[in-house]
Amino acid sequence: MSKGQLPRWVDYGVLPALNLLAAFIISGLVVVVIGEDPFEAVKWLVWGALGYGEGIGYTLYYATNFIFTGLAVAVAFHAGLFNIGGEGQAYVGGLGIALVCLAMDRFVPWWVTFPFAIIGGAVFGAAWAFIPGYLQAKRGSHIVITTIMFNFIASALMVYLLSNILIPQGTMSPSSRNFEAGGQLPLLRNVFTSFDFGQSPVNLAFFLALAVCVVVWLLIWHTKLGYEIRSFGANPDAAAYAGISPVRITVVTMLISGALAGLMGINVVMGEQTRLLLDFAGGAGFVGIAVALMGRGHPIGIILASMLFGLLYQGGAELAFEIPTISRDMIVVIQALVILFAGALEHMFRPAVVAFFDRFSSSTAEA
Amino acid sequence: MGSVLCFSWGWGNAFETVYFESKNEIDAQVIDLIDQKGRATVAESNVPAIELIGVSKSFGPVQANKDIDLVVGKGSIHGIIGENGAGKSTLMSILYGFYHADSGTIKIDDKTTTIPDSKSAIAQGIGMVHQHFMLVDPFTVLENVILGAEGGALLKDGVANARRELKRLADEYDMTIDPDAVVGELPVGLQQRVEILKALYRGADILILDEPTGVLTPSEADHLFRILRVLRDQGKTVLLITHKLREIMDVTDTVSVMRRGEMVASRKTAQTSMEELAELMVGRSVLLEVDKPEVEVGKPLLKVEGLNVRDDRGVMRVKDVSFEVRAGEVLGIAGVSGNGQSELLAALSGITRAESGKMELSGESLDLSAAHNAAEMRTKGMSHVPEDRHRMGLVNKFAEYENSILGYHREPKYSKGMFLNKDAIRKEAKERIEKYDIRPPTTEMTAAKFSGGNQQKIVLAREIECNPDVLLIGQPTRGVDIGAIEYIHNRIMDMRAQGKAVLLVSVELEEIRSLSDRIIVMFDGNVVGERGPEATEQDLGLLMAGVNQEAAE
Repeated sequence: MSKGQLPRWVDYGVLPALNLLAAFIISGLVVVVIGEDPFEAVKWLVWGALGYGEGIGYTLYYATNFIFTGLAVAVAFHAGLFNIGGEGQAYVGGLGIALVCLAMDRFVPWWVTFPFAIIGGAVFGAAWAFIPGYLQAKRGSHIVITTIMFNFIASALMVYLLSNILIPQGTMSPSSRNFEAGGQLPLLRNVFTSFDFGQSPVNLAFFLALAVCVVVWLLIWHTKLGYEIRSFGANPDAAAYAGISPVRITVVTMLISGALAGLMGINVVMGEQTRLLLDFAGGAGFVGIAVALMGRGHPIGIILASMLFGLLYQGGAELAFEIPTISRDMIVVIQALVILFAGALEHMFRPAVVAFFDRFSSSTAEA
Repeated sequence: MGSVLCFSWGWGNAFETVYFESKNEIDAQVIDLIDQKGRATVAESNVPAIELIGVSKSFGPVQANKDIDLVVGKGSIHGIIGENGAGKSTLMSILYGFYHADSGTIKIDDKTTTIPDSKSAIAQGIGMVHQHFMLVDPFTVLENVILGAEGGALLKDGVANARRELKRLADEYDMTIDPDAVVGELPVGLQQRVEILKALYRGADILILDEPTGVLTPSEADHLFRILRVLRDQGKTVLLITHKLREIMDVTDTVSVMRRGEMVASRKTAQTSMEELAELMVGRSVLLEVDKPEVEVGKPLLKVEGLNVRDDRGVMRVKDVSFEVRAGEVLGIAGVSGNGQSELLAALSGITRAESGKMELSGESLDLSAAHNAAEMRTKGMSHVPEDRHRMGLVNKFAEYENSILGYHREPKYSKGMFLNKDAIRKEAKERIEKYDIRPPTTEMTAAKFSGGNQQKIVLAREIECNPDVLLIGQPTRGVDIGAIEYIHNRIMDMRAQGKAVLLVSVELEEIRSLSDRIIVMFDGNVVGERGPEATEQDLGLLMAGVNQEAAE
């Protein structure tokens, strides 16, 4: 084993765990500073997320959102593209889902609407990602800039559509009408009645998310397209040498990435809200970036990271409720610390861990 | 400029002090020695400039330097020679403070010392000229020289001092250079001179040059050697790191040979020979001559006509180049790197679009100014071993088996429906590993972890086993150990024996001459001459330097 190489279980297991531990220690100190008991806080956090059926339901519901947006960021990342626009793509994808549901819900059962809604979300999300992808591939406009800008454009567009066109007559709230049963995804609490999910909105989209993880895994590691995406991401010169078109890969990857982000609306629009409403993405597109980084771009890692962030979202809400001095803002701080340590400071502990393993492996080599 | 100033003015003053002290001291000593006994005595003076005793350095389980002893005499040119990966660069990095030795003693001027960082190396009179220059291209020569040693918060005084000092150095060491020229516009040879001046300005008595001639034309290299001799005669100590035997023989007084992290021998250059050094480097005699059996030359498989290539910046890099390569023939393209060879290969292999030009490949005519891609050329029977395997030939992050299909991944034999047939890919990769003796014999390790020679074998196996008609091959043995060089050369000869057309681009004249049937030389994008393999090195060297003999005669 050469210098700086870590066994996979360390790279994918120990390092993220260390980062997480560091984030929690710092968070604990913050809690101490405001005069609360950090162990009490952790207890409420974990209990709130996993301690009872409804909590678990909410945790899974949030995790579902993050899986979709995390996969979106990860796929683009494999092609060396930093898609910051998951938020906007998810938002516009929700529009596609809502249009399908509004068109079909009165005439067919949900399981007929469902595949069309998936297509609607994917196509709208992909379309929103296509423009930045095309501009990057053909004009060299940096994708980070354009996708960020497209988040704002999406936001403005949706405000206009919701408050002028989709809004039902006679209402004041900028949202579409509620979908009928034909546009509603079954909630898990109604499917698995033996388990008490309480009032949590976790729905069938969770299984869609898991299925999409498998699809992404197959796509990236077992298809020619995935091979080309990874080649292009890891070494664009080698990709050109291999005859892989950078324009095609950039555009196709962004389409896939946007489609994945667009599917997030299945969970929120068709599952929870059963209507399209303002700002339903609620930052999940950005959390997806941290999820993809922490999950190392791999679907299994993304599922685990999504669960973690789902836990922080749900447990955090519970914690703010139980210990009022730890406000909602404090929860955001804790989440930010996790993102900071897992994403931005990803490599902080690496040199120390590498040194430790080098010493370990050289001493075993001598023995 | 402002920001540069802020963080560096603090130690600018220190340099100047050090500079003047040591400078005067050395001058006095040198003049003394020269006056009494002449140059030879200086070179063999008893006080060593550098002495290393038992220096070891390991990276994890890899021992890069094992118990190195080295004595470098003051006022001498000392060569350090060894294959790539022999540990030369690690040793020099220890001397320049980039790495810390795990154990051992370093003595400078007979005083035991430590070199924690490059700042301290500079303070102790050690200067380094890197293989890749550390220059700021848009700055002038003067600005580059004072960078990091401006001597005060305001530039004015520092600049005036530096201008005076630069003039003095240029006169003393015969290194004239316009201090106001923009570095980016200077030829490579002069840029290197700026690097040397930078080191001298900082008061270097010991100058380390890492593979200094890699980027130079033969005449520029000769000029560099003249400068090095002047430096030596003025009492400076020069450490020259290279893997080129000829340079060692040309310019050094003493030479040390490294092999696999160990210092295996030190010799007086006058008392050794290229053959002995080559043997010491590899630990066994190397057959520098390649077996080149008579092969019947067939019809042309690759024909290039009127090729012009412009680079991204709009500079014409290949100018009206035409040639043909016949079946069973190796056409060598010689030239100093950067004279259009890379652009030529990129255009022929379909990676970049040519400005104009036609190519005939296996009887089919192609307009190279139209859009092509590398995949298309492959299907037409051309394969390509690129000059730089790290940048192009391999995806370092990929496992060996994934790299074994790069560029060929669309072939039906590698897929199963819409998925890659990984079993088939691995099976074939295993066969190639055996056939090409790739070590370690695993399909799962990432390409980055293989040694240079084995990486090159992975690329070579991929490009040869697809049975092309035409093989483009650039720098086939760059960064490859001698054992693998022999193997690679034999594979190229096999291709020739099988009646393939091989276009060989290399900066190693030795390699070009021993493998090629015909040699064309490129200079500044033009083909400046064609020779047979019997052409002398001087002849080719002059062509490479752009001296057109026929015109001169």
